[in-house]
Amino acid sequence: MFQIMMLFAPMQFVENLRYMGLGMLGIFIVIGAIALMTMLLNHLTASKQDDSKD
Amino acid sequence: MEVLYQNLFNLDVKMVIMWLIGGILIYLAIKKDMEPTLLLPMGFGAILVNLPLSGAVTQGLEEGPLSILYKAGIANELFPLILFIGIGAMIDFGPLLSNPILMLFGAAAQFGIFFTLCTASMFFDLKDAASIAIIGAADGPTSIVVGQKLQSNYIGAIMVAAYSYMALVPIIQPPIIKLLTTKKERKIRMEYTQKPVSKTTRILFPIFITIIAGLFAPASVALVGFLMFGNLIRECGVLDSLSETAQKALANLVTIFLGITIASQMQAENFLKVDTLLILFLGLVAFIFDTAGGVIFAKILNLFLKKKINPMIGAAGISAFPMSGRVVHKMALKEDPTNFLLMQATGVNVSGQIASVIAGGLILNFFLH
Repeated sequence: MFQIMMLFAPMQFVENLRYMGLGMLGIFIVIGAIALMTMLLNHLTASKQDDSKD
Repeated sequence: MEVLYQNLFNLDVKMVIMWLIGGILIYLAIKKDMEPTLLLPMGFGAILVNLPLSGAVTQGLEEGPLSILYKAGIANELFPLILFIGIGAMIDFGPLLSNPILMLFGAAAQFGIFFTLCTASMFFDLKDAASIAIIGAADGPTSIVVGQKLQSNYIGAIMVAAYSYMALVPIIQPPIIKLLTTKKERKIRMEYTQKPVSKTTRILFPIFITIIAGLFAPASVALVGFLMFGNLIRECGVLDSLSETAQKALANLVTIFLGITIASQMQAENFLKVDTLLILFLGLVAFIFDTAGGVIFAKILNLFLKKKINPMIGAAGISAFPMSGRVVHKMALKEDPTNFLLMQATGVNVSGQIASVIAGGLILNFFLH
């Protein structure tokens, strides 16, 4: 317990907020790209299916 | 005669406490049906490695089988990655593919990971803090891979916390969701129309995800790649036998060894520390803020949308597949027995699985070098 209290550094929370920002930004960019790619795939393959029906 | 009882003198109180902890894990697995496939082997393993001079783990020059398994399968991240092939083969991305916008909730519900990273950094160095934060991925294999790659000193406690909290999702999430939503919001209905998803999309999806994740977060390639390889085996339509083996035999075999091998890190001298309690607490923080992140994101979206989203589905983005989706579905039914959110919640839940792996990759990108 004493060791942990010695290590307690509250300013680290503020200093590392940039990782929170970068991390959330990164994850939304990657997931956003995947979502767009999926929509595109759905669109392209759906029109192919429609064509084949015609 | 002395040889028969001399080992008794090597027994200490800490070992007995670990037997009790092992007993609790076995009890939770059998009586409460909480992640029995992992908590039971971990519970038994905790007893096994905390017997005085246990032959199951390395003692001096004498190598123990669990220590050998640890080196062969966990220290090099092989077991969790192989397990990911099985998990990938089990997941049907259909609900997500027919409504890709649900993926954003999976991203939002990773907030707890990064919030916990900041919180844990007040007590631990950054690599350990990052390893602890990834408990919020609600995904055991990701926690193991990140913790191992960052060479965390607390891998045993992190693994126990990751798997225990996944089992506790039905207890942790409902109060947080209720706290952040009104009764009216919890009753919001969401239409679900199953749009047809072509086989080409199902086959190309795992390949494209691997490429995109690899380009943005190269450290996540092993995790995403193995998960998506399993899914490709499932969806390609020509490897049904391999898909079945990956889903059942392979996943079961690895799970048997994974649980008991993790327990090799639960030796009393490494586990019974104040640090462990703090890690368990931080793991809980991660799960709470993941849930909050998903729910609050849905509420923010509702400010701009005409067709409102039931904010509870945001909580399913925590990963913890499939429990989290079921929790949301059950909560919706409790508010209104005719409101079925299972498909939407499942879609968000599988997106959480992808997002949590990518979050793990981003954490590795930040701190691996």
